Amino acid sequence: MVSASTPPLIRARALTKRFGTLTAVDAIDFDVAPGESFGFLGPNGAGKTSAMRMIGCVSPVSDGELSVLGMDPRIDGPRIRARLGVVPQQDTLDQELTVSDNLAIYGRYFDLPRDVIRRRVAELLDFVQLTERARDQVEPLSGGMKRRLTIARSLINEPDLLLLDEPTTGLDPQARHLLWDRLYRLKQKGVTLVLTTHYMDEAEQLCDRLVVMDKARIVAQGSPRQLIVQHSSREVLEMRFPVGVQETLDGALDGLGDRVDRLPDRVLVYTDDGDAAAAVAHQRGLRPEMSLVRRSSLEDVFLRLTGRSLVD
Amino acid sequence: MMRTPPAVLVLEHELLKYRRGFRGTIVSSFLNPVLYLAAMGIGLGGYVASSKAGAAGSAGLLGGVSYLAFLAPGLLASTAMQVAAGESTFPIMGGILWDRAFLGMLATPIRVVDILGGKLLYITLRLTLATCVFFGVMTAFGAGGGPLVILAIPAAILTGLAFVTPIIAYSASQKDPSGFNGLFRFGVIPLFLFSGTFFPVSQLPGLLQPVAFATPLWHGVDLCRTLALGTATPAGVLVHVAYLVGFASVGLLLASVALRRRLRP
Repeated sequence: MVSASTPPLIRARALTKRFGTLTAVDAIDFDVAPGESFGFLGPNGAGKTSAMRMIGCVSPVSDGELSVLGMDPRIDGPRIRARLGVVPQQDTLDQELTVSDNLAIYGRYFDLPRDVIRRRVAELLDFVQLTERARDQVEPLSGGMKRRLTIARSLINEPDLLLLDEPTTGLDPQARHLLWDRLYRLKQKGVTLVLTTHYMDEAEQLCDRLVVMDKARIVAQGSPRQLIVQHSSREVLEMRFPVGVQETLDGALDGLGDRVDRLPDRVLVYTDDGDAAAAVAHQRGLRPEMSLVRRSSLEDVFLRLTGRSLVD
Repeated sequence: MMRTPPAVLVLEHELLKYRRGFRGTIVSSFLNPVLYLAAMGIGLGGYVASSKAGAAGSAGLLGGVSYLAFLAPGLLASTAMQVAAGESTFPIMGGILWDRAFLGMLATPIRVVDILGGKLLYITLRLTLATCVFFGVMTAFGAGGGPLVILAIPAAILTGLAFVTPIIAYSASQKDPSGFNGLFRFGVIPLFLFSGTFFPVSQLPGLLQPVAFATPLWHGVDLCRTLALGTATPAGVLVHVAYLVGFASVGLLLASVALRRRLRP
């Protein structure tokens, strides 16, 4: 666990990124401790990627302070990057080269000796289950395989800090679970993970702590559990009504829970006791087509904080 | 442990990729001069030579050498320009936009300046290969006999580099490849045709002659030709080299600014 004396791996104060008149990241503060798994959660365009690119020392800081691995990205960019692993949002694999050549040449960018590279390529291919494809070209691989290769590539220099920008966006559930498992193993080995995502389940699975970003600012931070406790209720009652009925329910929903949200397709009732709320709804004569009680999730937190759902 | 210069690491990537295309470029580096020198140098040159008997003027224009001997060093310089243009357009845009290899590199200790350096090393190597093969073919055709003819090789490489750096700057500032059509149609091809490769620029209308003198290709063509024909003067060589080096240097500055702006927003 993080003690007060451990200096943070990343420290940002009033960190700002501007592109012309657009402010992509607006004076955000955060710390990431060694060994921690830290997430940026937010919808597209919230500023997550811009923040990641500044941490990765590939985009100059416009304003504020940023220190990564105790160094200043403005001065020590190459030295910091030597100890980072980066999984960008879009793969930058060389489609014409083989799977193992992609890893090997990336190792050379870090000026690793060839014998070290040979050993690590074999280990990493095994780690991401691509050993059988080692000699194949990258181009025909599936999306999940390419993503795994990108993760293997980001580990070739045995980084202290791994930056993952939407690591599983666009992957099928099976591929996502395999990736999550690999990331979880890295976390167990003490690698610090910083990731962005707009998937709630991903944040809940992987992050010890996260910040919720909206419109270039941090609107909340804490562990997934803390965020739910602070910003949502224990349970949520979801009800879906036949088409056209929801609009006629004026007043009938009032007071069912601590708060009621009407989404286009369903009604969410935030309450500590979902079953009790469902019973009250039934007494009031409400007859939803579907009704279910579930635990509160980060999705509810996000909805509460921003008034919008994460993935549009 | 000895550190490898990062630009050399970028070169390693280029060579790894070039292994696949190597044979094709060698074959075309060989076939192109064979075809051009046979068709234009010998075929068309026969007419030029036969007109020499009737009109004393053309003999004077070409300095009394065969059309083949006149044409070959000019084509050498033009070939360097074409290789340069090919390597500085699509491959640069690819690194930025398509396979985004440059972005992958920039997540490592490699910097923008190293990418530019590595690309220049690789293109210089490509230019060296292409000009050496061309030189071999040219010699086999019996063109070029001055004692300094071998210096036409570095002269052609320098000519290529004078195009490489400004074209990289141009490519790095393009949003899509449509601008390359214009570059080839209104830049490379007119230069190829009108910069003294096929006929002396003194044949151009008076107004266009200073334009030809201002183009780097004319300096490259004249440098290669005078070296190959043994008519080079120290002053002429100095002016041509200085002009080409100047062009390449300004281009280098523009290229590094354009690449940095594009790759590190």
